[in-house]
Amino acid sequence: MVDELLRVENLTKHFPVSRGIVFQKQVAAVKAVDDISFTVNRGETLGVVGESGCGKSTMARCIMRLLDLTSGTLTFEGQNISRLSRNEMRPIRREMMMIFQDPYASLNPRKRVGFIVGEALVVHNTGTDAAIKRRVQELLEVVGLNPEHYNRFPHEFSGGQRQRIGIARALAVNPKLIVCDEPVSALDVSVQAQILNLLKDLQKEFGLTYIFIAHDLNVVRYISDRVMVMYLGKIAEVAGSAELYARPKHPYTGALLSAVPIPDPRLGRARKPIVLEGDVPNPINPPDGCRFHPRCPRFQEGVCDASIPEAVDVGTDHTASCFFPLGHWPMTLEEMQRVDNPTPAS
Amino acid sequence: MFRYLIRRLLWAVVLFVAVTMVTYMIFFVIPANPARLACGQRATEECVRNAEARLGLDRPIPVQYAKFLQRLVIDRSLGQSFTNRQDINKTILDAAPVTASLVIGGAILWMLVALPIGILSALRPRSLLDRAATVFVLFGISLPVVWIGLVLQYVVGYRLAWTPNAGYCDFIDPAEFATCGGPVDWAYHLILPWITFALLFCAIYVRMIRANVMDTLGEDYVRTARAKGAPEPQVMRSHVLRNALLPVVTMLGMDIGIALGGAIFTEAIFGLPGLGRLAVQSLNTFDLPMIQGTVVFATLCIIVFNIVVDVAYAFIDPRIRLD
Amino acid sequence: MATLLEVEDLRTYFTTDDGIVKAVDGVSFTLKEGKTLGIVGESGSGKSVTCLTIMGLNSKKSATSKGRALFRGEDLLQASNQRLREIRGNDIAMIFQDPMTSLNPVHRIGDQIVEGILLHRDVSKKEARRRAIDALKEVGIPRADRRADDYPHQFSGGMRQRVMIAMALVNEPSLLIADEPTTALDVTTQAQILELMHSLQRDYGTAIVMITHDLGVVAEIADDVVVMYAARIAERAPVGKLFEEPLHPYTWGLLGSLPRLEADIDRLVQIPGTPPSLLSPPRGCRFNPRCPYVFDRCKEEMPELVASPRDSEHLQSCFLDDVTKQREAERTLASFATEVP
Repeated sequence: MVDELLRVENLTKHFPVSRGIVFQKQVAAVKAVDDISFTVNRGETLGVVGESGCGKSTMARCIMRLLDLTSGTLTFEGQNISRLSRNEMRPIRREMMMIFQDPYASLNPRKRVGFIVGEALVVHNTGTDAAIKRRVQELLEVVGLNPEHYNRFPHEFSGGQRQRIGIARALAVNPKLIVCDEPVSALDVSVQAQILNLLKDLQKEFGLTYIFIAHDLNVVRYISDRVMVMYLGKIAEVAGSAELYARPKHPYTGALLSAVPIPDPRLGRARKPIVLEGDVPNPINPPDGCRFHPRCPRFQEGVCDASIPEAVDVGTDHTASCFFPLGHWPMTLEEMQRVDNPTPAS
Repeated sequence: MFRYLIRRLLWAVVLFVAVTMVTYMIFFVIPANPARLACGQRATEECVRNAEARLGLDRPIPVQYAKFLQRLVIDRSLGQSFTNRQDINKTILDAAPVTASLVIGGAILWMLVALPIGILSALRPRSLLDRAATVFVLFGISLPVVWIGLVLQYVVGYRLAWTPNAGYCDFIDPAEFATCGGPVDWAYHLILPWITFALLFCAIYVRMIRANVMDTLGEDYVRTARAKGAPEPQVMRSHVLRNALLPVVTMLGMDIGIALGGAIFTEAIFGLPGLGRLAVQSLNTFDLPMIQGTVVFATLCIIVFNIVVDVAYAFIDPRIRLD
Repeated sequence: MATLLEVEDLRTYFTTDDGIVKAVDGVSFTLKEGKTLGIVGESGSGKSVTCLTIMGLNSKKSATSKGRALFRGEDLLQASNQRLREIRGNDIAMIFQDPMTSLNPVHRIGDQIVEGILLHRDVSKKEARRRAIDALKEVGIPRADRRADDYPHQFSGGMRQRVMIAMALVNEPSLLIADEPTTALDVTTQAQILELMHSLQRDYGTAIVMITHDLGVVAEIADDVVVMYAARIAERAPVGKLFEEPLHPYTWGLLGSLPRLEADIDRLVQIPGTPPSLLSPPRGCRFNPRCPYVFDRCKEEMPELVASPRDSEHLQSCFLDDVTKQREAERTLASFATEVP
């Protein structure tokens, strides 16, 4: 029995583009996130990958209710939180915390580490000063920092240590869900491994649930139980981690996987990457039909540019939003271009 | 571009109404009655009443303000002075060239000094020149304009007698009873005011130019230019200075716009009959229309220069699109 | 193949307020014509400074360099400024990490390429522009003749890096130094750029020095690899050797700490601690405070880069005995081994 922690239904976030001389009227919208649905189960890590502009960070901010939704429903532990007011959100805020990309910018440089980590405890009124201090020192120890560094300032720490502070801050109020937005992309490889391992250990110890957003497919593979691939505000594919990397069904996932350089010359040079043409289109005027169709090697005129593909089951717990899912993997560009039955499967 | 201009002009109108309204309000909060002042020390009630009627002060404040706006928009007139019944448009247009001479001459002076010093000290940080420039900046920023003006006046004008102490001569077409006139006299009388006025700005601009040039020298595209094999003078000219001086243009335009409204201290010290002195005088005599006139003119200068700067910026920086 | 670039015992020290930063401290490598050398290392390892030193692009005031950097036999460290300017952009070109900031925002991209041509070729402006447009076409800019009149901000990140490559290759240099050219780009764009660099190298025989922190990129495109740690070389080997038989504990740590697409890894290897400060690096081996195999000698003596007893092309700087090294290398590789289908 899977225990659902968060359900996201038809989440949409459009940023209006306004023009006008005196009165600004909306002339267009940046469709950052467009009608996406998924669930996150208790205790799992859902990895979210996609290139810049795919909407993964906007999605995270919507889930955290840091941005108002344009439409859609968020159900957290059975409670609809998508329309809650600031006051009503307060008890839920301590259940969902966030870790940010930039360990330099996300910590207030003028506050001591003890204050930064304990702030949420003070805000949520969880005990006496002495109790809070004890808790903070405990947290610092949990994330692998010296508890005696309680009184230091963020600039006295290295990048990796600052990310540990960010993690301690997120853990302070015993949240159920932690949304990690590119938490390791600013770090060097050796430090990145430390943080990834720490996140895994903490998950085991405290039964945490992660939504882990990253552009690095290697990192996502390592940390995630399930992986969701996003492209231009839409979900391309969702599957279990091993399944997705072994049997990608969406051509975009395939192209992404084949584009990642493999740190092994034997494997890497044996394959021929599927190099996509062009750049990610502008989300103000996304392409009709499947958003990926202008760059897709499997593009079929009259199908892919005519209607938006629904997510279809392509395996066990594996859905892909494509009319012509890939039959096998790995494949070459030529194989990917070959579509046997040019009428859609569904 | 067109949309942008229209939007800016609409904003200018809003700004303009706000500024003049605030001036009106402040004026009527001050416990002084211009009508009583107009009647002298031993004012009779009758005289005051007459004066009030003549000046329009007997009507409610909103009506007075509406009258002011009406006169301004329809007749393009700022009205007449309370104290000497002079036409305000003419008074301001007489004073404006004096302030303009001071400000534009001063701006040329400060840029002529600040550009080379700023650029050179950015190229050679911690050199003797850079340290000297830092000391100069410190003095320029911390010395009060009044003090500089008075010291210059005393030392250069009085003790050394190299320049006149005060006064103003027209650049062309001297006034009827003027004792001097023409470009030479004009410049001769303005030397000390220029220096006084320019010193503070010069210091600020040295600091700003130095910082901008140093920042730009660290930009990736400067490294790219060097990696192309470009000689240093070409790197400076085409990749550093052009980019570093873009923000300076903005600042310069805005500073000139603000200063054109009146360089009060400098004008007061050297007895220049400019807008600053006019504003001070009219404040002393509670001459509301004259104060209002100087405020309107200063606001206008700022608005116009801001628009000019923005438009110019869009031409020199391709990243900026005005719409 | 003739040797194109030979760097010997290169040292670059920066004088700062806090003291002397030894950013590069004894680096040697060679690069043959038409080949690709990958330099990998984490931030602050000295990989970028090495290349800026070769190009003579360090700040003259704060940096002092020693050693030799022979380009076709000519020592670039001894060359006059005039001579360096002749070489830069002509024989050796460079592209940088961030294509967003590496192009001057106020000049049209065509003009920026033309500038590079006119500095080194005695041609008319019109001819230079024609060549610039040809170069833009070559790197895959659509409608190059019109796009040449656009400004950098009108291009996407990937397109700007293409422009940078066009600018670097327009004078057909024999060496291209690429400093993290794909780090700021998305993965599909990175694949495009790597492919482009590869095909240009094939067509023009340009040798490439590829600086990167990404071992994957190195594995894909390099012929030889230099692994740098704290301003020194930990290991230097042909690419196959480095990945099949790594000989330095730092390399093991790096390889083990990589999350991998193609393997199910239960737990990443962790290199404890953080890289040392180059103001006061540790005594002895730079890696000794973080090294799990450390013994007394490592803390006293600085290891030199020496050839492995079984392969003269495989150099490493570690005091561990050969048997241990072989055993540990195998263990590292086994930790993320995948069955090759």
